Amino acid sequence: MKKQILALSLLLAVSLACNTTPVLNRETTPIDTGINADEWALVPAGKFYYGLHSKDSVIDYDYEMMVTHVTNHQYVTFLKEALSEGKLEIKSDSVYGFFPGEPFHGFRHEDEINAGLYLCMPLNVPGNHISYHNNEFTIDPGFENHPVVMVSWFGAWWYAKFYGYRLPNEAEWTKAARGTDERAYPWGDEIDDKVVNYTHSTKSLRPVLGTEVVRTTPVGLYNGKKYKELQTRDNSSPYGIYDMAGNAWQWVADDYPRLHYKYMRGGSFSNYAHFVTNWARNSAHPEYCSFNLGFRCIRDVKAPTNNLVESDDSLTGEDLNR
Amino acid sequence: MNRLKMNRLNYFFTSTKGLILVAIVIVSVTAAIFGMLSGPMAEWGVRDVVVKWLRMDLKPTERAGRIIMLYHTIAMAVIAIEVYMITSIVPMKRHQQTNINTLVTFGYMITMVFGLGFAYWGHNKAFHGMFLVGLSLMFFAGVMLAIVLNPWSKEYRITDKAYAHTKKGIDLERMAFFTMVVMTLISAGFGAYTGSFWGSGQEAFLAEDIIREADKTVFEKSIIGHLHIMLALIAVAITLVIGRWFDFKGIYHKLAMWLMIPGSIVLGAGSLSVVWTDAAHIFVYVGAVLTMLAALFLVIFGWRKLIKDRLAEQNLKKAGFFKSVAALLHDPLKFGPLWQMVFMNFTVSGVGIFLAVKLDDIFRVWPLREERITLTGHWHILSALIATIIIMYYADISGLKGKTRQWFGWILIIGSDVAFASMTIFSMKRLMVVETAQQQLVDTTMILADFGLGIVLVMMFLFLLWRFFDLFKDNGLWRKETINQELDVKKTTGYIPAFSKEGDSMKGGEK
Repeated sequence: MKKQILALSLLLAVSLACNTTPVLNRETTPIDTGINADEWALVPAGKFYYGLHSKDSVIDYDYEMMVTHVTNHQYVTFLKEALSEGKLEIKSDSVYGFFPGEPFHGFRHEDEINAGLYLCMPLNVPGNHISYHNNEFTIDPGFENHPVVMVSWFGAWWYAKFYGYRLPNEAEWTKAARGTDERAYPWGDEIDDKVVNYTHSTKSLRPVLGTEVVRTTPVGLYNGKKYKELQTRDNSSPYGIYDMAGNAWQWVADDYPRLHYKYMRGGSFSNYAHFVTNWARNSAHPEYCSFNLGFRCIRDVKAPTNNLVESDDSLTGEDLNR
Repeated sequence: MNRLKMNRLNYFFTSTKGLILVAIVIVSVTAAIFGMLSGPMAEWGVRDVVVKWLRMDLKPTERAGRIIMLYHTIAMAVIAIEVYMITSIVPMKRHQQTNINTLVTFGYMITMVFGLGFAYWGHNKAFHGMFLVGLSLMFFAGVMLAIVLNPWSKEYRITDKAYAHTKKGIDLERMAFFTMVVMTLISAGFGAYTGSFWGSGQEAFLAEDIIREADKTVFEKSIIGHLHIMLALIAVAITLVIGRWFDFKGIYHKLAMWLMIPGSIVLGAGSLSVVWTDAAHIFVYVGAVLTMLAALFLVIFGWRKLIKDRLAEQNLKKAGFFKSVAALLHDPLKFGPLWQMVFMNFTVSGVGIFLAVKLDDIFRVWPLREERITLTGHWHILSALIATIIIMYYADISGLKGKTRQWFGWILIIGSDVAFASMTIFSMKRLMVVETAQQQLVDTTMILADFGLGIVLVMMFLFLLWRFFDLFKDNGLWRKETINQELDVKKTTGYIPAFSKEGDSMKGGEK
C-alpha cells in the first residue's frame, strides 16, 4: 500500500513539475490585418433583438461605432494628449483621472463612487503592453494594433469623453453586434477557431503570433485573410464591426442599478463559446483592470431623442438593464 | 423459488439493489455522454464528434435551458437512488415500498428520456410535457413517501433506548427522514410554481448569471432558494441513509436527530425565505450549523465504531494513536463516506462561508466571471461529493472485498478529493495569484482535476463493467441480490411481520 501511495504521489509531483508554461508575452509578430482602427461604422436606427431571449427592441437614432477595439497605439496617443492638457495625471506609475461621481443610494453591497480621482490605467505592470519610463510611453513590439487592455472603466470613460465620444450602452452594443436578426455571434451561429480569438484559438494562433502564450490578437485579424496556415473567416457584424466577440472584453456604459458594477460585453481570448455570445455579460468594479479587458466607443450621428422607443412589444430601458 | 421469477429484468426493476444499479448506470452514462459537450472536450474535438454522432441539436441560445434540463434529469435519478435506499432501510409496508419505488422509477426515467430528448434533440413540446409528467410522478412519489414516513404512526413507535425517540416512542430518525421529504416537497413546489411560469424553456436563466442583480424578481428568488435547498436536502438524505448503514445510535444519535430535524426545517425555510426577506442568509446559517453538527456527530460515531470494530477483529483491547488511525483507515469504503462529509467543509461549506463573509471586500471586486466560477464550483463539488458517497455505499452493497475493495475505495477517495481540492483552489485562485501570473496555477489545478476525475471515472467504469459481466452468470451477484434484495441494515423500528407477504421473509427482505 505504501508503494502505491508513493507511486501516486510521484505521478502528481511529475505533473506539477512538467508545468512550465510561460506567463506573459512581451513581444509578438507584427501583423497588418488591413483593417483601419480609425474607421467608424454606421449603425442605423431600427428594431433589433436584445438578450438571450431575443426581446423585441428598438433604437430610434443612428449612431456610429468604432470598427475595432481602441488599440494600444490609439490609447497612447490619447494619454499623451490628455496628460499634456492636464486632464489626467500620473501618480505612482498609474494614470488617474477625475470622475464627477455617481449617486449613492445606500443599497446593500453598494460602493460609493464619489467625485474624485480614479485609476484609469496602471502602468509598467504585467499584462499591460504600454510602459512608461522617463516621461515616455512605449508599446511592446508588435502590440501596437492590439486592443488596449489593463484599462479601467474610468480610463475608457476618459478616452471617450476626451474625444467627444461615449461608451455604448448595452442596447447600442447589442444592436451593433447583432444587427436585426437573432444570431448568437456577430457573424452568425457557428463558432470555431477560424473566426474568433477565444479559448480554443490558442493552437491555431501560436504560429501566427510567433509566441507560445496567446492573449490578444491584432484588431480585425479575423477578416477572411490568410495568415500562415490560418485561413480566417470574416467575423464582422452586420454593420462591418470587427471583434464584437472574443479578443478582449469591452466596457460598456451601463451598470447594475444602484450597484455601480460596470458591464462588459463580447468575451475575450480566455472564454468559452457561451461567453462570447451577443448576450453574454461580465461585470466588475469600475476601477478593475485586466489583461483581457478593453473597450470601444460610439459617437452620435445626431443627438439622440431617446435611447429606446417603448411600444407594446418593445422593452423598456429598465428591462434592458436587466 | 419459481415465484421469484429469477430473471434479470425482475432483478433490475423489483429489487432495491437492482433498482439502484439501474439508476447508477443511467446517471453514469448520462454524465459520460453529456460531460463530453463542455470544457476541454470541446477543444479536443470530442464535443463535435458526439454532437454529430448523436445528431444533437445545440443552439447557443438554448444552452441555459439545456443545462437546467440536464441538472433536473440527473437530480431525479439521484433522488430515485436515495428513495430506493430510504424505502429499504426505513420500516414500511411492502406494498408501500413497491408503490413508491414504482412511481419513482417511472418518474425519473420519463424525466430523463423526455427531458434530455427535449433539451438536446429539438424542442418537441410533447417531450417537454412528458418531462413534466415525470417530474410530477416524482412529486407524487414524494407525497406518498411523506405519508408512509409519518413519524406519529403508532405502528412505528420504538422503545429501544439506543435510538433517538420521544417519551411517546416517536422515532426521531423517522421524523428526520419525514422532515427532509416534506421540505423537499415544499421546495419542489417553489420550483414548479416558477417553472409553470417560465415553462418550455422560454425564459431560462442560470442563477449564477444573475447573482449581482440588485433587483431580482420573485421568480428568480424562488429558483435560487429552490436550487440551494434541493441540493442541501439531498445531502441531508444521504447523511441519514449513511447513518442507518452505520447503525447510528447512542448519545450521538440522539443529539444528531434533535439537530437534524430543526436543522432541515430552518435550512429549508431559510433558503426559500429569500423570496421575502434579506435575512434569509441568517436562517440558512442557523439551519446549516444544525445539520452540519448532526453530520459531525455521525462522523464521530462512525469513526469510533470503525476503530472499535477493527481493533476487535484484531483482538486488540487497547491501541495507540497509530494503531487507531490504521484501524480507522482499514476499510476505505466505510471510512470514505464519513471522510467526504468532513472534506466537504473545506471545499464547500468553508468556501461558502468565506464567500459570504468577504463578499464585498473580495468577490465583488473580482469580475462576475470569477465570482461565477466560485459559485458553480461550490455546488458542483457538493453534488459530486454526494455522488462519491453513494458510489462507496453501493460498492459496499455489491460486496467488494479484499484488495479490489481497497483499490476501489482509496482511488475513489484520493482521486475525487484531489479533483475537488484542485477545483476549489482554481475557483479561489485570485486570492493567491494575480491574473497575469495565474497560468501555471490554472494549468496545474486543471491537470490535477482532470487526473483525479479521470481515475475516478476509470474505476467507476471498471466497477460497472464487472457488474455488467456479472449479469451473464447464471448464479451471479444479481441472483443473490434478487433473493437478498433489501439493504442489510438494522432498522430503528422493528420488523412488522403482520404486513409482510408470504415468501418475503428471506434475509434482509423483511418489510
